[in-house]
Amino acid sequence: MSQYFVLPDLLPALPELFLLFMGLVVLLVSIGKKSSAQTVAFALTQLTLLLTFVLVIRGVSSEIEYTFSNMFVRDMLADFLKALVCLTVVMTLSYSRRYLVERVAIPMGEYCALSLLATLGMMVMISANHFLPLYLGLEIMSLSLYAMTALNRNDATATEAAMKYFVLGALASGFLLYGMSLVYGVTGSLEISEIAMRTGGKLYVEGMDKTPLVFGLVFIVAGLAFKLGVVPFHMWLPDVYHGAPTAATLFIAAAPKLATFAIVIRLLVDGLLPLYEDWQSMLMLLAVLSMGFGNIVAIAQRNIKRMLAYSAIAHMGFVLLGLCCGVVAGGDQRLHAYSSSLFYMVAYLLATLAAFGLIMMLSRAGFESDRLDDFKGLNQRSPWLAVMMMMLMLSMAGIPILFGFFAKFAILSAVVAAGYYWLAVLAVIFSLVGAFYYLRLIKIMYFDEAPADALPIEVPFSTRVLFSVNSLAVVLIGVFPQNVMVMCASAFYHSYQFQPY
Amino acid sequence: MDFEAFIFFFLATILVVASLRVITARNPVHAVLYLILAFFTAAGVWLLLEAEFLALVLVMVYIGAVMVLFLFVVMMLDLDLDQVRQGFWRYMPLGALIGFIIVLEMGAIFTHRIFQESAVVPMPGESNTRMLGAILSTDFAYPFELAAVLLLVAIVAAVALTYRGGRTHSGSRAINPAEQVRVQAADRLRIVKMPVTREESEGVEGEEAGTEGEQTGETKAC
Repeated sequence: MSQYFVLPDLLPALPELFLLFMGLVVLLVSIGKKSSAQTVAFALTQLTLLLTFVLVIRGVSSEIEYTFSNMFVRDMLADFLKALVCLTVVMTLSYSRRYLVERVAIPMGEYCALSLLATLGMMVMISANHFLPLYLGLEIMSLSLYAMTALNRNDATATEAAMKYFVLGALASGFLLYGMSLVYGVTGSLEISEIAMRTGGKLYVEGMDKTPLVFGLVFIVAGLAFKLGVVPFHMWLPDVYHGAPTAATLFIAAAPKLATFAIVIRLLVDGLLPLYEDWQSMLMLLAVLSMGFGNIVAIAQRNIKRMLAYSAIAHMGFVLLGLCCGVVAGGDQRLHAYSSSLFYMVAYLLATLAAFGLIMMLSRAGFESDRLDDFKGLNQRSPWLAVMMMMLMLSMAGIPILFGFFAKFAILSAVVAAGYYWLAVLAVIFSLVGAFYYLRLIKIMYFDEAPADALPIEVPFSTRVLFSVNSLAVVLIGVFPQNVMVMCASAFYHSYQFQPY
Repeated sequence: MDFEAFIFFFLATILVVASLRVITARNPVHAVLYLILAFFTAAGVWLLLEAEFLALVLVMVYIGAVMVLFLFVVMMLDLDLDQVRQGFWRYMPLGALIGFIIVLEMGAIFTHRIFQESAVVPMPGESNTRMLGAILSTDFAYPFELAAVLLLVAIVAAVALTYRGGRTHSGSRAINPAEQVRVQAADRLRIVKMPVTREESEGVEGEEAGTEGEQTGETKAC
């Protein structure tokens, strides 16, 4: 303990500091009552996120830097995830702009400020090397998300969704904290890299009974599963996706998943690797249940937001599948397995962003285009949007040459390399089940008649371009997956020095 | 069993019983009062552990601020306020008992020498309040600042979710005193000139109805 405050090295945390400062500026700007103040707040938010992205990119280096008494870590993985988070939030807000402007009940200024603060929380989570910042970042993010869900106060379903999200999110935080306190009790440290060393020492050198650690681990995994939304901790997900305003749904569905992925890596792979046998089997169970339950229940949904919620549960199951194949009897293939999970995450993000973006494009003031029936005959109303949506659905289903296929392929190859053939077979079967509801949406768009009273689709040119670029990226990365794969792998390679398999 | 262990078991028994009663009490007000007792007893246990700063914070923040607010909210939630007021004398013995126990505990803690001197002194010459302060502003400055951001988010969220004035006037019951003061008689009262007609009864009726309408409008506006 140092007696006097020594100014820490602030340079690694420059993007976070900038984001916090600009978040406060946006908050002040949004006080203005005129509608122009709201426009300025929105533009400033987007500019801030883009500049933060630039700052993150400028700081990329392969060495690992610690600051703030080792509580903050900046490595390649953190840089990669932070850059992705910034871009994801920029795209989320661009899609949401018109949706939010049309709904006057949602105050734009507060929405923008809360998005920036939520992004700050995610970046803190991604860079956490200590239980305290990890937990605080998680809470900053979650609290902003609860508020963004409830911002449309006159909507009873949104309020209900926010309430459910809040209560279950608090429960999950409680689980996580309880698990952390048990791990702290055993190891006597809150610092994640220190915990890894001490657990290894206690288990392998001192030969300690690992029961108390596993007891804590169970709670940590349960808390993480809640936040990630995997079966059996998924109850909040469909209701929140359905009830929240679509803009908030997209926000919740996209960037926070990346941040949660980051803390799963930090806590399990970084901190509790000596317990890999235990958490790998837990994650395996969660993954199988999620893929099965998510894909089967999604078939019964008539609301596309609910359908995408169950599909997200299934996708998160796939991500966990990669995480549970890192350390196996055959050898260390962590680099392969974890970078596949990250690769899958990117595929999921791109498809989710565009799919929810389309729902918002088809909505207008007083009308949510969130039932499957609202997509009837989309091909007649707008052939281009229908083609793009078809690509997204095919990618989510995992049809070859699209991004989603290579993501599933990477995960499955990691599973097979780990020797879990039965797991790979199960994953393929559940993907086939899942293909049904993705293809059904394509059938609805192309072979059903549009209702006679359907209004023409008016989409601003810029949103249309963004949507097209986003959807075409899904196709292009499918054709040339190497670049993204290499980025994911090098992020892990330079951060953890896993040996190439 | 030495005296310290006796104090511990004494406090622990009260703590466990009070905590159990928090969840078993039918009446929410009883539950909150038991929770106050539980917090206070927990503060006593912490004093035994020589964590005097935490004990003080628990008493000041939780009992002094949070629980009073909580009690207030629980009473507000009970829509039948008369019932709560009627029950005062029923709650009185229990509340007095809890107050008495708290005073007893406090007296025991502050008068008995077992709490003044202890066998194990963690670091002589250092109070843990001072140590906590030092570590919060040096090593733990980063999470400390993050906690501040978290509180800011909570404030923004609370204001955004409850503020109903300003941006949209629909559903806002906010009044502007300046506008109220500047009001002219002409804004509130409209004098209508009616042509005199033969059927006096109808005309008078119409005029009366008109002024009545204006008057009710005025009282509403005020």
